[in-house]
Amino acid sequence: MTALIFLIFACIAVFCGISLVVQTHPIASALSLIGVMGSLAILYLQLGGEFIAMAQIIVYAGAIMVLFVFVIMLLNAGAETPTFQASTFVKYLGIVLLVAFLGLISFIIQAALPKTEGVVFGGFQGTAADVGRKLFTSYLLPFEVTSVLILIALVGAIVLARKEI
Amino acid sequence: MPANFAPSAADYLRILPEIIMTVAGVLIMLLEGWLGENKKRNLSVQTFVAFAAALVSAVAANGNPGLSFSNMLIVDGFATFFRVLVIAVGILSLFSATQYLKREHAESSEYYALLLFSVTGQCIMATANELIMIFIGLEISSIATYVLAGYLRDDKRNNEAALKYFLLGSFATAFLLYGIAWIYGTTGSTNLSTIRIALLTPGSETNVILAGTAAALMFVGFAFKVSAAPFQIWAPDVYQGAPAPVTLFMSAGPKAAAFAVFLRVFMTAFGPITSRWEPFVWSSALLTMIIGNFAALMQTNIKRLLAYSSIANAGYVMVAIAADSQIGVAAAMFYLAAYAFMNIGAFAVVTHFSRQGEKFVNVEDLAGLGWKQPVTAALFSIFLLSLIGVPLTGGFFGKFYIFKAALDANLVWLTVLGLLNSAVAAYYYLRILVVMYMKEPGEATLSLQPVGVGIAATLWISAVGTLVLGIFPSVVLNFATASSALVK
Amino acid sequence: MPNAVPLSWYLILSAILFGLGVAGFIFRRNIITVFMSIELMLNAVNLTFVTFSYQFKQVDGHIYSFFVMVVAAAEAAVGLAIILTVFKNRSTLMIDDVNSMKY
Repeated sequence: MTALIFLIFACIAVFCGISLVVQTHPIASALSLIGVMGSLAILYLQLGGEFIAMAQIIVYAGAIMVLFVFVIMLLNAGAETPTFQASTFVKYLGIVLLVAFLGLISFIIQAALPKTEGVVFGGFQGTAADVGRKLFTSYLLPFEVTSVLILIALVGAIVLARKEI
Repeated sequence: MPANFAPSAADYLRILPEIIMTVAGVLIMLLEGWLGENKKRNLSVQTFVAFAAALVSAVAANGNPGLSFSNMLIVDGFATFFRVLVIAVGILSLFSATQYLKREHAESSEYYALLLFSVTGQCIMATANELIMIFIGLEISSIATYVLAGYLRDDKRNNEAALKYFLLGSFATAFLLYGIAWIYGTTGSTNLSTIRIALLTPGSETNVILAGTAAALMFVGFAFKVSAAPFQIWAPDVYQGAPAPVTLFMSAGPKAAAFAVFLRVFMTAFGPITSRWEPFVWSSALLTMIIGNFAALMQTNIKRLLAYSSIANAGYVMVAIAADSQIGVAAAMFYLAAYAFMNIGAFAVVTHFSRQGEKFVNVEDLAGLGWKQPVTAALFSIFLLSLIGVPLTGGFFGKFYIFKAALDANLVWLTVLGLLNSAVAAYYYLRILVVMYMKEPGEATLSLQPVGVGIAATLWISAVGTLVLGIFPSVVLNFATASSALVK
Repeated sequence: MPNAVPLSWYLILSAILFGLGVAGFIFRRNIITVFMSIELMLNAVNLTFVTFSYQFKQVDGHIYSFFVMVVAAAEAAVGLAIILTVFKNRSTLMIDDVNSMKY
């Protein structure tokens, strides 16, 4: 069952990832990215990251991607016009090369990690309580410092978008 | 689980500079609202006070060294050196920015706040002892600088600079993060000392291969940030397009902080696998010097010329890193300090000369500056001579120590090629001097106003810094040598 | 069908997604799509963190990916604001048209 779920959602993630790269219209790419994020959330759940799976859906697929889609709509971004028309041969060659490259990476990872343990659903549960406890003890400083980052993003967006300097 | 999760007073003292600058940044934005429009000139004074307080507390924190916040933070000589350096860069860029912003009618509290936050991020980078802290510090510094680069948002060049800086910067961050993820997977930790211990433990060969891959990915990320070849491609466009005082800032501050984490990560965490990464740093150093110097020969725009010069200088520092020794670390620290002063000085002259809308940014526009404003030209000459590496300037001793460290590490060919590169570099710096003193003043020079207070302060402080480092190098070098023992 | 999935499969998936993100960054011409490719790379990094978290049976990896999400949110806010200003000044979203600076 775990393997089946993994295969289904891994295939969806890869398919949507390819779709993000090859679609010409930004809105199609954005929807593909949401597909990747959704299927990754399922995989996080399998790996016992319930908190991070929820954050993935709410923060990533929810907040960040809505921002993207909003900007695409606002700017009325149309389909990309290709700067150069690649011949069919070059296109297929590119696809073959990409697949070969990714296959090589997969082979290296598989060879470097010969005896990794199998993932079973429920083998490890990183509950929200565990995450929270660590976040406010060991990772207190990075957590607090992140607030400065958010403040900068806020100020930065205002500086760039307001009417007059 | 650590029992003492409530931080002690000593912990707070160790991050006091960051706290001061963050609080000041927020207060300055509030003050602008309370004080109203006509009090704007005080904003730079308040920012200066905040920087000065942060500088004092950074020096004071050195008397209280140690780890803090569950080993997230380390205060040692190395951290103090870079903290003081980036805060000093912040102060100098503040002086020249105030005048520039008035000239462009674009002064606002947000500029000062973002400057303070950016320096905060660099201080965090300097003190970080954890990959995750390094990452967050780097992002704070970078995101603030992206916004500053596009600050005059109606200017096309500013937009373009911000966009390129942002896209390539985020791309580099992704590589850095992927490297962090793999090092976490290999060693089970992101603490630099723990990673070192894990890599020192004799284990399987796979661990070394995986750690080497992680180091390579992180190298890509850092090389982007310090504009080292082959990832220097963004630097010329960004340096040319950004407002002059922002270019001044980002060619010194973020660069020094990025080198600080580069040194700390590669010397401490990846020390046990030196043989894996040294060839990369070696070849990148050589390539960076060659690309920077030869591309600079062909530039007519002075900001672009200084951008390539900045790339070349990153190459010299990479030589010191390739030496992989304590002397090398000390030489890199010394050179980054010297480079900060001479580079800030040169960009301050550009800020002054370019006028509103940055009309005059060509080398030829400087014709006759030596006769129209002898003092400015003399100070500019000091910076250029230091960039060439003439004795009695900081640049000379910086290069001297770097190449000495490289020779001690038996990098003879790298030293020879580096010295040849410095000779090539002399040509394009001397060309500026020739234009300044040997040519008749043109329209650009004749219409030049006297130097304002802010830029004059930047120029004089940088000149004094350059000369002090050149005449009494031992003051800084002794401190750098004492704190270059990164491995704890 | 075996019930357990080898951990390395998750890592391979993340490497493939990262590679696709790099390919998108290099080959796409629309600024927004380029930015989305970077987000894809960050997602791949998160998957690696969570996978290793399972391997070590500790939640640290989850916390790292949480920080990555926060940073991605901050980057998205600033990045999209920058893209908006570029569009306002040039009325284009093609990255090749944003090249006013050549020596």
